[in-house]
Amino acid sequence: MFFPISNSHINPVYLVVVGFVIGILGGFFGVGGSFIAGPALRLMGVDWNYAVGTDLAHIVGKSIVAARKHRSLGNVDLKLGLIMAVGTIGGAEGGAQLIQALKRAGNVNSVVSWVAIVVYVGISVFMLWESHKTLKLHKGRTVKDAGSKADHSAFGPVTKKIQGTNIWPMISLPTSGIQISLWIILAVAVVGGFFSGFLGGGAGYIRMPSMVYVLGVPTHLAVGTDLFEIVISASYGTFTHAIKGNVDILIALVMHTGAVIGAQIGVVATQYFAGPKIRLAFVPLPLIGAAIVIYTLVTGHKL
Amino acid sequence: MKRDAAKSLRAFAAELAIYAVLVTGYFFLVLHVLGGWLFRLETQHRVLYAFVAILLIAGQAVLLDAIATLLFRLVRGRSR
Repeated sequence: MFFPISNSHINPVYLVVVGFVIGILGGFFGVGGSFIAGPALRLMGVDWNYAVGTDLAHIVGKSIVAARKHRSLGNVDLKLGLIMAVGTIGGAEGGAQLIQALKRAGNVNSVVSWVAIVVYVGISVFMLWESHKTLKLHKGRTVKDAGSKADHSAFGPVTKKIQGTNIWPMISLPTSGIQISLWIILAVAVVGGFFSGFLGGGAGYIRMPSMVYVLGVPTHLAVGTDLFEIVISASYGTFTHAIKGNVDILIALVMHTGAVIGAQIGVVATQYFAGPKIRLAFVPLPLIGAAIVIYTLVTGHKL
Repeated sequence: MKRDAAKSLRAFAAELAIYAVLVTGYFFLVLHVLGGWLFRLETQHRVLYAFVAILLIAGQAVLLDAIATLLFRLVRGRSR
């Protein structure tokens, strides 16, 4: 099928299947799935700028479906999501500005690649250690406990200390069951947004773990709230990319038809797993991203 | 237990098949009708295109989500 906006020929079934896979990952882990969608579009010959912008548009649609489902399951903290959206947009602008500065310096590709590898591997190693330790500590948990929103983490004592940092104004988040300084929420959001602008995509692989480990939000709520927040920040990203001529909305619409079903399956699946198991299953995702970056560095291919 | 799993797998396969037919028809219709217009909009009125792009993807999300949910309910209701 010919897509005139990006001037590319792509089999629509391929797009639907890619959307379906990303939909499952998004619904289950609360991530945008840009580390798969970008390279998958690139593989079909779509220019990199269109791959990034179109992926963001597709993320908006997929996250709306998954966030609605999570909301119906009580997994979205609207207040937290709205506060975080402000910080994310600010951070994303900062990340994009740094990319522009590196472009001018002429070393953008190598710097972004190395930062991406360090961040992706770091997140995976930390989450593997934490979820493994938590599962060991709470070996007695039954399948019945999986649906419970209450969460356990081996990193809990550090999270408690962060929550105890009393910097005005303190924000109460009854849905998540925590009280925390506004500045800590904004700091987490700005960092997530910065990596979104710097490494591309929605940066859910950074935001979801940060919400669990730094803010102390239960994993199920972190997944749902992250998706809600991604709807706002990815819409902003889609708009700015569309103005710059980087969005082929026809490709995004076709991909999204598969993502609708995938997202529903992913959301329902979260009900059958406890928080630490979801976090443990999350571990390979950033590693896939790191492997793709290492592949492009070693072979010189621009996936 | 095994019979339940087979039943829900069959229901899911039926849902996927019906959804696939609906969606195939939908995107051929939408792409055929909107393709040319969106291409012109993208080249001539970028800001308007940006607004339309977000409205389209959000609208499709709500519409397809509603269809998928309805389909799930209908097929599962019949299989019980």
